[in-house]
Amino acid sequence: MRRTLFENITQRVLTEPAPAPDEAALAELAKSVDRAARAKLGRSLSIRQVDAGSCNGCELEIHALNNAFYDLERFGLRFVASPRHADVLMVTGPVTKNMREALLRTYNATPDPKWVVAVGTCAVDGGIFAGSYAVAGGVEEAIPVDLHIRGCPPSPAELLQGLIALLEHAR
Amino acid sequence: MALIDSIKHSATAKAHRPWPRVVVGDDGWKKAIDLLARGRCTLLGLWGDAPDVHMALLDEKAGDIAVVSYACKDGQYPSVAARHPPALRLERAIGSLFGLEAVGTPDARPWLDLGFWDVRHPLGKRARAQKPAPYAFLPAEGEGLHQIPVGPVHAGIIEPGHFRFTANGEHVVRLEQRLGYVHKGIESLMDGASLDEAAKLAGRTSGDSTVAYSYAFAQAVEAALQLDVPPRAAYLRALMAELERLANHFGDIGAICNDASFTLMHAQTGILRERTLRAAEACFGHRLMMDMIVPGGVARDIAPEGPAQLRALLADVRIVFPRLIELYDNTASLLDRTVTTGIVKPALVRRFGAGGTIGRASGRDFDARRKPGYAPYGELKFDVPVLEEGDVNARVWIRIREVEQSLALIEQILSRLPEGTTRAPIKASARFCEGLGVAEAFRGDVLIWLRLDGTGRVARCHLRDASWFQWPLLEAAIEGNIVADFPLCNKSFNCSYSGHDL
Repeated sequence: MRRTLFENITQRVLTEPAPAPDEAALAELAKSVDRAARAKLGRSLSIRQVDAGSCNGCELEIHALNNAFYDLERFGLRFVASPRHADVLMVTGPVTKNMREALLRTYNATPDPKWVVAVGTCAVDGGIFAGSYAVAGGVEEAIPVDLHIRGCPPSPAELLQGLIALLEHAR
Repeated sequence: MALIDSIKHSATAKAHRPWPRVVVGDDGWKKAIDLLARGRCTLLGLWGDAPDVHMALLDEKAGDIAVVSYACKDGQYPSVAARHPPALRLERAIGSLFGLEAVGTPDARPWLDLGFWDVRHPLGKRARAQKPAPYAFLPAEGEGLHQIPVGPVHAGIIEPGHFRFTANGEHVVRLEQRLGYVHKGIESLMDGASLDEAAKLAGRTSGDSTVAYSYAFAQAVEAALQLDVPPRAAYLRALMAELERLANHFGDIGAICNDASFTLMHAQTGILRERTLRAAEACFGHRLMMDMIVPGGVARDIAPEGPAQLRALLADVRIVFPRLIELYDNTASLLDRTVTTGIVKPALVRRFGAGGTIGRASGRDFDARRKPGYAPYGELKFDVPVLEEGDVNARVWIRIREVEQSLALIEQILSRLPEGTTRAPIKASARFCEGLGVAEAFRGDVLIWLRLDGTGRVARCHLRDASWFQWPLLEAAIEGNIVADFPLCNKSFNCSYSGHDL
């Protein structure tokens, strides 16, 4: 263990420079983030991730945000275990009918001010699962959305771009 | 003797490949159940195709598979679960999705249908949904018992599901799962889908196994249409499958240790996982390699710089990974959490036909790459690690050994990659035809069965994740363990919610 720890100190840092905020995301956010919220929260946001029906592909890439290459916490962003501790709900998947109620309750359990980031192509409008008897549609079918990060799944770099855009606005 | 010969049947399906499908009456159906109950064969799948139900059986020794079909009478068929419990959730799902009733079942409660849909029996005779009766969890009674409901929204970046624990102090007396929250109706979306659309759906049944699902789906289509895949495509498929296995095993080994609060391992394996995904992207243009395996071959050839990237990855892993194994093996506080925790008995694993790391950690020597086997694995050399202990530790070690095997396989594939084309043209059949595909995902065998109509579209497709036969064993594994060890047990299983819920 000592060798591994020692090497971690001596070898070059794996963490990569931050990407520029996503332009489209900035434009989308301009509408929704109000000034009072920005002043209150500063540059530190707690994120609660909710899978509302995803195939779990998006979850894999969201997980990757915590690895040494992307190191999400350096931006003051961190994942928390309870919606009651969260400023941001990060929702994936088409919203299944079986999850709609649970998503709504999670949203209601999140204190104001809060933002919702919908992640993945399915979260926009249900994606390839739209039209099924079991799918309600995109995240907006259940709760209001402030930012969409598209992709199937979006890469960790794309997720970072979107989240940094959110931070820029929350500043 | 082939499996099918021991079961009395009245007809054989004309275009079902590569294994036979036969139509049976009450005698044949009961005989099949009898073979399962006596452990003579393993349940590989049980699914509806109203008004019929199909059951796939596996003879593990011979690698032989047979599908038996029973035509329901007035929407009823004799329950398999009445004598063979591994069929229970599959039967309950058939009940909820198709409205077909398993006569004599020990548990007729719905499954997957949680009471939120507008329709009942969406894949059978549709009817307007009525207000559902409250779901009755199985009782656990006694002095000092209390219940802990968990989910569907869990604490972490995880899929949703409900766990109902009954505990006595810290000790779990009973765990009952209730799943179906991420049910997307994939099988209904498959009905009438073009091959392209269907392949995309299959590849998004469980995102972490997208390569394996695309693999099994392509096999099923190719079997139905009697297509031969170019040798180069076969090798590239295996390359993707092993990269997917590597990435997931790295992730799992780290995540299990993380749930025992050993974050150093999580950080280190996270780096290996990321490097693997980046190599996959360099080779095939997508980190998870989604939609790269398609019926007929692969969607794109490996990038010219791909092999060099992969060799660099292998070299890197070969330096770092042995140290991490040593770290795992020499950290007493970590082993204290994993050794003897969450034991699944070998007899139970055999009975349920549980595959993947869970099966092999409890003595079930089964790997679909070897038997029934598929191209190109017959030409490649690899071992299938098996342990008997069945605890969290054994499931970690199986993953470690499989990482080593995948590294060796990738090396072999790179050195033997045939030249040539990577995709055979699809010729639609003018008649109905059926195919079955089995591929070994990182968590176990995925089975996909489909029927194509005369226009080349999917008439019916069933996808069975390995998790169907693993989730129930988690209920057994946690019994007598403490509540705080549940995350550890759960992570060591790492069953798919989406793959199960469909």
